[in-house]
Amino acid sequence: MTLYRDQALKALIPHINDRDIVVAVYQSCFDWLQLNPRDLNYVAVGAMGQASSHGLGLALANPDRRVIVLDGDGSLLMNLGSLVTIANSGVTNLYHFLSANRVYEVNGAHPLPGADQVDFEGFARSAGYARAQSFYELDRFTDDLPGILSAPGPQFVCMEVTAGEAFPRDYAYIHSAKARQTFRDALSRG
Amino acid sequence: MVASPQLAQDAPVVDHPSGAKIVEQIKAADVREIVALPDIVTSDGLLWPISRDPDFRLTRICKEDEGVSICGAMSYNGTRAVLMMQQTGLMDSLNAIRAIGIDYELPIVMMVGLQGKEPHVHPDQSASYGVRIIRPVLDAMQISHSLIEEPEDTDHVSGAISAAYAASRPHIFLIGRAPEAQ
Repeated sequence: MTLYRDQALKALIPHINDRDIVVAVYQSCFDWLQLNPRDLNYVAVGAMGQASSHGLGLALANPDRRVIVLDGDGSLLMNLGSLVTIANSGVTNLYHFLSANRVYEVNGAHPLPGADQVDFEGFARSAGYARAQSFYELDRFTDDLPGILSAPGPQFVCMEVTAGEAFPRDYAYIHSAKARQTFRDALSRG
Repeated sequence: MVASPQLAQDAPVVDHPSGAKIVEQIKAADVREIVALPDIVTSDGLLWPISRDPDFRLTRICKEDEGVSICGAMSYNGTRAVLMMQQTGLMDSLNAIRAIGIDYELPIVMMVGLQGKEPHVHPDQSASYGVRIIRPVLDAMQISHSLIEEPEDTDHVSGAISAAYAASRPHIFLIGRAPEAQ
């Protein structure tokens, strides 16, 4: 009954189409860049906690694309109000996946405040997301992904994960002008 | 919220800018997206009229730094937005502005109400600490800014928005007197 993050991300890959925007942060981002490098990966969120808000901006400005946010639990705790903002915005093309490992993984693996109690699925549900659910093992997660990604958003998926394979943390790339220009060019190609 | 100095009874009466003209200028700059947290300086003259204007889509946010990210992300496909807040929210958003506006060179355009500023006094001379530090802080961060106080100050809004998008850099309008709705 363990969901490893790299396995969850690998399960997601076949469901990402060419036009989808993927916003990823911290270890999920580093993992995703290795597992599924693509020009429409949006990696420049700048400040911790802001992935969901970048995702909302992209969803509002690109209503004909799905925006898939690969958020972190420590990050989301910094921006819980964004759940309400997203739910209230009216976007239906945002899919919010949360890697909940209950620690600040890239900052020394210190525990989150309330690590054993925080109910992220409950936060999203009460904020007004179209649907919020949690997953603890790979098979059910894999089976449910097509339905989640074909349903109107905003959808919230809490992946209760443990770290899987460790991928290198390429901070220089995610903050680079090249990463931003690659994304901008891909977006303008249609 | 910041402490508001008591105005002297003999404080000069000054003209206020027109909210309608600011809205006109925003539209002239091809902005249709407004992202906002309410601010008492701009509430009646700007945000309420914008909220009723079908030409705009208003996204109400819970915290100001959300708006920096939303507007930055929108800009990647050329979508123009104006982010509205009070100067306390500006101070709370400085790290997001630093990262997304300056480090990432994205055009974050903000209208910031200077709550607590005396209408007849320049912001740098305000008795309110929270007001008089704003311009020096922005200068230290090398962020472009301009004042909207006098009625004629509204004339530069459209050009400043377009310049921010052309240069892909932030610009912050500091609104020192509450705009009148008309």
